[in-house]
Amino acid sequence: MNTKIENKLTPVRIIAFVFVALWLIVAMFPFIWTLWGSFKVQADFFSKADWANAIFGFHTEKQTGNFFTIDGYYGSWIEEEFWRAVINTSIVVFFTVLISLIFGTLGGYALARSTYRYAFWILMAGLIFRAMPHMTLVSGYLQPFFAWNVWGILPTTIIVLVAINQPFTLWMLHSFFLNIPKDLDESAMCDGCNRFQAFRYVIIPIMWPGVITTGLFSFLLAYNDFTVTSMLLSDENETMIPAIASFLGTVQEEGKVMYAVAAVVSATAPLFFLVMFFQRQIVSGLTAGAVKG
Amino acid sequence: MKHSTFLLFTLPSLSVMFLFIAIPIVSVFIQSLHIEHKQVIIVSENCDPFGCETTTSVDTEASAKLKEKAPLGKFNGFKTYSNRMHFAFDEIGEAWNSSDSFIVFVKKIYNYPLYRALSFTLTYTFVVTPFVLFLGFLVALGVNNLPKLLKGPTIFASLLPMIVTPLVGSLILFWMVDGDGVIGATLQKIFNDNSLSLKASPVLTWVMLMVYGIWHLMPFSFIVFYAGLQTVPHETIEAATIDGASKFQRTRHVVIPHLMPLAIFITLILLMDNFRVFEPIISFRAEAHATSISWLIWNHLRESAYPLYNAAGATSMITIFFVGILLLPVLIRTWRDFNEKNKG
Repeated sequence: MNTKIENKLTPVRIIAFVFVALWLIVAMFPFIWTLWGSFKVQADFFSKADWANAIFGFHTEKQTGNFFTIDGYYGSWIEEEFWRAVINTSIVVFFTVLISLIFGTLGGYALARSTYRYAFWILMAGLIFRAMPHMTLVSGYLQPFFAWNVWGILPTTIIVLVAINQPFTLWMLHSFFLNIPKDLDESAMCDGCNRFQAFRYVIIPIMWPGVITTGLFSFLLAYNDFTVTSMLLSDENETMIPAIASFLGTVQEEGKVMYAVAAVVSATAPLFFLVMFFQRQIVSGLTAGAVKG
Repeated sequence: MKHSTFLLFTLPSLSVMFLFIAIPIVSVFIQSLHIEHKQVIIVSENCDPFGCETTTSVDTEASAKLKEKAPLGKFNGFKTYSNRMHFAFDEIGEAWNSSDSFIVFVKKIYNYPLYRALSFTLTYTFVVTPFVLFLGFLVALGVNNLPKLLKGPTIFASLLPMIVTPLVGSLILFWMVDGDGVIGATLQKIFNDNSLSLKASPVLTWVMLMVYGIWHLMPFSFIVFYAGLQTVPHETIEAATIDGASKFQRTRHVVIPHLMPLAIFITLILLMDNFRVFEPIISFRAEAHATSISWLIWNHLRESAYPLYNAAGATSMITIFFVGILLLPVLIRTWRDFNEKNKG
């Protein structure tokens, strides 16, 4: 359909163009602004007098001698020990993704291959579980976790995040495995493999695209979680997002908002690169469930 | 697949879901039926030459014993559900009798935490969802019209508001609309009003939270619609063009019906996600003007010296009830589809 008419600038096209440009500004500007501002002092980033201060760093130059400062980053990472939170987040996210994927591929494969009615019911239960606000579940964890003395440690949070993640992982991998023709593993079973061998030698080598896509979303869930991590982790085991939230309480009062700004930028940076490298997978993951209805 | 193999494959997944999703829901329910033990108080009378005085003290030993005997607390039935923290039936009855107009009555009800949280959560859900659907569709149409070279970068930029952590994303916006932030300060200048603050006004707080919600979720509907647009059959579009349909008519009568199933899917996901709105309220520090149900549970568990398990449990059960209502149409539809498929 690449005819000349398709590429002509019609009024509709111009309106569409302007509209998309507007959306892009709305989508991107807050990030660019905050990234740039995180290298300034508070008087510039929160400048009542003139927003241009935040761009040119008028006060930053006065206070630090350069229009560009990493004081905010130094303050949050070293003084407020944000690096601890970064390590905790890495541990939580790594194990959550790993365990979610192991459980999810096994379960998703079985659900995709089972022809019995209970497979449908499990998927429906998954849908209901997916809809549960996480806060309602968290309020059920606290009492038993205190009683068994497992509150506040990383493994508890990891297994809870795995569980909360399961319904989504199951659904996604289930629809992915449905796309892999049944004949593949069934012919392997005809050749004398049992179900596990068929899974091991036929399915595992070809399942990686779906697993990577699902893994990205498990990563996002674990990385972005605030509800579970803020309620189930003790102060020394805090991950990045609750650490930023507690910055707000302590740091705001001491006039060190820039620490929080620097921490926010630090927490956003990995996501930025994630989107850059895995854009295709994220898009295909978002649409996987949808396009099939 | 044999039952035993199926069980082996799904066992890890099912057991974590059972242990950490199904059981907590039951335990939350039990929790909501109980109430903390009252401390055992000893009243003793001390007499000295100047007279007698009674002192009260907490009998820690007896209190601990009571707690050990029934760790959940005293059975309280559904009283937690009807107290003033939740449905506040008595208070509402009284408010109804003492109010001379309906508006006064509504205002009185709005003072009770559950109704306050419900009104914001429901408004948020039912305002943000249609906006996200509509604007996402428009952006998808727009991007579809872009030259190929620009599509990739546009999608990259569009994904960011959705991918970013809700708490962090709302903080970024909050700092910008702050009285000293770039948007806040500029607005003050435009309206020439130094006291103008988005945080101080209830209406503006609600608007701000909803604008954040739209900003955060629009990429999702955009991406799904955009993918859907790629699957619109060319033949139908061409046929419609030959029949003299304008661009608008083609969109209205060919594209939109084609995308309808996607719209239903997006609506379902959006309803589930919007109903649990929580982080922006923390980031915007909006609790004075807007609270959500999730925030209410968090508050029960967090604010007082002792977590109010019964209140948190009751609010959770009420939340689950509302989620059930939201999901019911979808569940019924899926059930019908499934049955039809099995018959045919």
